[in-house]
Amino acid sequence: MQQWNLDTYSPRETIMHRLPAMAKLVGAVGLVVAVSLWPRHWGWYLLIPTGLLLLVTVLGRVSMRFLCWRLLTLEPLVLGVAVLALFQPVGEGVGGGGWRLAGFLMARCTLCLVTMILLSNVTPFSELLLVFRRLRVPALLVTTLALMYRYLFVLVDEAQRMKRARQSRSFAATPARRAGPAVRLRHSLGSWRTLATVVSQLFVRASERAERIYAAMCARGWDADGGGVGGGGNAGTGRVP
Amino acid sequence: MHLPDSFLDAKTSLAAGGLAVVGLGAALHHARRHLPPRKVPLMGLAAAFVFAAQMINFPVAGGTSGHLVGGVLAAVLLGPSAAVIVLTAVLIVQCLMFADGGITALGANILNMGLIGGVGGWAIYFGFSRCWRGQTGRIMAAVLAAWASTVLAAVACAGELAVSHTVSWNAAFAAMAGIHVLIGVGEAAITALVLVALAQTRPELLDDMAATSGAGGLRRSYGMVAIYGTVIALALALFVSPFASQWPDGLDKTAQQLGFAGQAKTLLPAVMPEYKIAGLGTISTSVAAAIGTLVVLALAWGLARIVVPKTQSQGALETNTKDGGVESPS
Repeated sequence: MQQWNLDTYSPRETIMHRLPAMAKLVGAVGLVVAVSLWPRHWGWYLLIPTGLLLLVTVLGRVSMRFLCWRLLTLEPLVLGVAVLALFQPVGEGVGGGGWRLAGFLMARCTLCLVTMILLSNVTPFSELLLVFRRLRVPALLVTTLALMYRYLFVLVDEAQRMKRARQSRSFAATPARRAGPAVRLRHSLGSWRTLATVVSQLFVRASERAERIYAAMCARGWDADGGGVGGGGNAGTGRVP
Repeated sequence: MHLPDSFLDAKTSLAAGGLAVVGLGAALHHARRHLPPRKVPLMGLAAAFVFAAQMINFPVAGGTSGHLVGGVLAAVLLGPSAAVIVLTAVLIVQCLMFADGGITALGANILNMGLIGGVGGWAIYFGFSRCWRGQTGRIMAAVLAAWASTVLAAVACAGELAVSHTVSWNAAFAAMAGIHVLIGVGEAAITALVLVALAQTRPELLDDMAATSGAGGLRRSYGMVAIYGTVIALALALFVSPFASQWPDGLDKTAQQLGFAGQAKTLLPAVMPEYKIAGLGTISTSVAAAIGTLVVLALAWGLARIVVPKTQSQGALETNTKDGGVESPS
C-alpha cells in the first residue's frame, strides 16, 4: 500500500481530535461562512480568524509544513480568480478592482482553505459520515459515500499498480528528440490509447469488486428488499462490510 | 473548476445550493425507485473509480498533463440519476477530505459538475446517439457530450462568479470558456477512448450497464425529465442569461456611444467575429451558429473515426441502444 499523506493527521489523539465531529463540522462551516461574508472595509480584522486557526493548528498538532504544502497545491486556482479580479472595472462589485481587492479575496479564500484542511485533518471521515447519518442525509448517499471512502485508497492503489506494470513492460518508450511531428502525434495517440485502456480496466475491476461486495453484503444479512435501498431502520443504511 | 469558498456571495450560494438540493433529491428518489439492489455497491465503487481515474495523468504537449473529469463517462455508464449521486459523492469527499472545492460552494459545484455537466452531458449523448446509430454515432455522441458538458459547466461557473460580483463577466467568461474549450477536447478524447476500450474488452459489461441503469434510465419517467430540465434551465437563467442577453448588445452599444468601439481588441483573432458573416444580414447569426455547429460535428466525427477501430464488429456498442429501454424489474 502506498503511503498517503493527504489526511495523515486525522487518526490521532489530541484535544481537537477528541472534540465531537458534529461540533467541529458546525464550527468549521460557521467560520467559513463568517469569513466568506467578511465586509471588505474590515480587512485587517481577518487577523482574528487567522489567530483562531493557528490555535487549532497548534492544539491539533498539525505540522505547519504539511499545511503549507497542502495550501500550495490548492492555491493556483485561487490565484487565477484573484488575478481575474485585478481586471475588474473600478466601482463594481465589492468596491472597485485592483490589488486591494485581489489581496482581500486571496486572504479570505486562503483562510477558508486552511479551515477545511484543518477540519479534514482533525476529524476522521468515518465520524463525519456518522454526523451525516444523524443529520438525516438520505441513506443511499451515505452508503455511496461510505463505500467510496472505504475503496478509494484501494482503487487508487490499483491504478498505481497498473501504471507501474505498464511502465515496466513498455520501458517508457518516448520518441527520439528530433522526431517529426507526425511521429510524436502517433506516439502520443498510442500512449493515450494505452492510458484509456488502463482507465477502462480500472472500471471493469471496480464493477467486479462491486459485485463481490454485494454478495458479501447479502451474506451478512443486508436487507435489500425491506423497504428497498436504505429503507426502514438499519436495513442497508450504509453498513459496509 | 472546483469553486472555493468565499468567491460566491450569499445569494448565489443559496440559490445554487437550493437548485442542487432539488436536483440531488430527485436523483436519489429516482435511484431508490429504479436502481436494482445489486447495483447499490456499484455507486460507491464508481465514485471511487472516478476519483482514482482523475489521478491518471494523460500527457499533453510541452510537459503538461491533463486528466479525466469523468462526468459524462459516469453518466453514459450508469445513467443520469446514478451519475448525479456518484459525482456528488466525489465532490463531497474532495471537499471534506482534500479541501478541494469549498463547503459553501458545494451546492454550486454539484450544480455545475453534477447536474449541468452530468445530466446535461447525458442528454446530449442520449439525443445524439438516437439520431446517429452505430458505433461511430455513439462515440461521436460521447465526444460531443463530453466537450459540451465541460464548456457548459465552465460557463455556469463563470456566471456564478459574475453574479457574485467577484469577477466581471467578461473576464470570467473569457478565461473559463477559453480554457475549457481546450480542456473539453481532452475530456472528449479520453471519454471516447475509454468507451472504445470498454467495448473492445468487455462488451457484455456495457450491455449490463445499459440494461439496468444506462441509456433507458429516464424512459417513461417524464417527471424526472421535467425536474432535471427545470433545474438546469433555472440555473442557466439565473446565472448565465443575464449576461448572455446583455453582453454583446449592451456592451457594444455603450462602446459605440462612448466612441471607442474601434479601439476594442480581441484576445484571439476570431474566424467569424461576432458570429456574423458579412453580407448576409439578419440571418447571419444563425448561419454562423450553424457553421460553428457543423465544424464541431466534423471534429467529433474525425475523432470518432480515429478512435473507433475499423476491424471491430459493429455489434458491441450498438446493442446498447437496442436493449437500452429495458426497465429494471423493481
